[in-house]
Amino acid sequence: MKKLLQILENDCTMSTEELAALADMSEEDVKKAIEKYKKDGILLGTKAIINWDLSEFEYVTALIEVNVVPQKGDGFDKIAEHIYQFDEVESVYLMSGGYDFCVIISGRSLKEVALFVARKLSTIDGVSGTATHFILKKYKEKHLVFEKHSDQAERFNFV
Amino acid sequence: MDYSKALNKNIMAIPPSGIRKFFDLLNDMDGGISLGIGEPDFVTPWHIREAGITSLKKGYTKYTPNAGFSDLRREIADYQQRRMGLNYDPDGEIVVTVGGSEGIDLALRCLLNPGDEVIVPTPSFVCYGPLAAMAGATPVYLETKAEDEFRLTPEGLKAVITPKTKVLILPFPNNPTGAVMKKEHLEAIAEVLRGTDIFVISDEIYCELTYEGHHVSIASIPGMRERTVVVNGFSKSYSMTGWRMGYLLGPKEIISATIKLHQYGIMSAPTMSQYASIEALKYGDADIEHFRDEYNSRRRFLISGLRRLGLDCFEAKGAFYLFPDIRSTGMSSDDFCMGFLKAEKVAVIPGSAFGLGGEGFVRICYANNMKNLKESLVRLERYLKSIK
Repeated sequence: MKKLLQILENDCTMSTEELAALADMSEEDVKKAIEKYKKDGILLGTKAIINWDLSEFEYVTALIEVNVVPQKGDGFDKIAEHIYQFDEVESVYLMSGGYDFCVIISGRSLKEVALFVARKLSTIDGVSGTATHFILKKYKEKHLVFEKHSDQAERFNFV
Repeated sequence: MDYSKALNKNIMAIPPSGIRKFFDLLNDMDGGISLGIGEPDFVTPWHIREAGITSLKKGYTKYTPNAGFSDLRREIADYQQRRMGLNYDPDGEIVVTVGGSEGIDLALRCLLNPGDEVIVPTPSFVCYGPLAAMAGATPVYLETKAEDEFRLTPEGLKAVITPKTKVLILPFPNNPTGAVMKKEHLEAIAEVLRGTDIFVISDEIYCELTYEGHHVSIASIPGMRERTVVVNGFSKSYSMTGWRMGYLLGPKEIISATIKLHQYGIMSAPTMSQYASIEALKYGDADIEHFRDEYNSRRRFLISGLRRLGLDCFEAKGAFYLFPDIRSTGMSSDDFCMGFLKAEKVAVIPGSAFGLGGEGFVRICYANNMKNLKESLVRLERYLKSIK
């Protein structure tokens, strides 16, 4: 079953028939497992990974360190919920170490991202400080390398 | 100058490989897919490449001991003990070679005298017969059959043994059939060999690509170690074909003879490759499992795909090849492959290239990405319809 999840994580576009052969399961079992994963929230969604830099559109991503004052009773969760409701926010993680939340946001321009931090994020009750790091270049995401090297050297030998 | 008379008679008698024409054709095509080459599609894991690079940065660019670094030999001994249950002394019973191929050549040349016979089960990798012939011996080809799951059988073996038989090649897991020999099958072969003067060269280069149970080496069967030379290497297990790293395991007397030959012909295996191989053996077990898992998924995918198209396909349990039966098309394997290449730009290899018993089959290498495998099945379906 772990195998099926690994295959889906790597490529979610395969047919049930292909998944069954790859995971060594029957097609029926594959269908059932996927339904259950969806129902249980294990399979959260399926998305494409896009290299926006190669497109004609501008796309800016920033990683923001956020420090907060945890609220009594609710701890970090209430503030996290407040943050992740914004559409601009791609990811929110509670961190160990030097700061509390790692927030990843994206926008159409540096200005848009900066304004979001200034107006929306830092004004939330309980947020005590932010540090914004713009991502200058993406090299690899989810095991996919952005700048493709030329295909492997030609394969010559007959063996 | 009449070169045909000047050159060595043995080499002139060896026919060139007939496969090149496929690759020459494929190279001129756009959008061609090669399922022909028997090579992992994975790049060598980064930590192994990095170890090779680091050795260069440090300036380790000199010869190594003839038999290979002692650290490397120790790691080989440890690995063979850990994963195959074989015990070999790193000092004297192991020689590091330039790929498994050099190992096969060394073993044959050190064991054979002119007039000796070498039993070569076929279909199999193409090098054994020519190398035996270059050592002055006579290859005796022994056909394995689909109904025996392409295993070497004791009856088949007995039928070709003569007083001149010196060496048996044991090429399992097998290229091109994907056949494996399990312990009970090896025991039956050992029973035939005990009490004879026949040596075994066991080519176990695909040992880590065994998909049901673990690989068993014939050297672990009682009475076999003293007459067995095990050929192994890094190419298939760690995706390291270009590093050219292999090794032989065997009794001290045989290995010291091979070291003598290796010393005069080669000196030592490439130094940076030896450093990379030490890293592979120490920290590469997870890579082996990962590759095997990937190949296994593709194997199942392709077997079920071929059967869906109505091709009879023996369930190969080793290496990374399938060997479907194409006799139902009424074509020779050469015509089938040439037609498939021309019509659909997919290269697979005619079984006839792998010797006796290969005609009527084609070799498909599934060490390729899923996208290509899927597309190849689509094209194969179209091709099969077109030739009906």
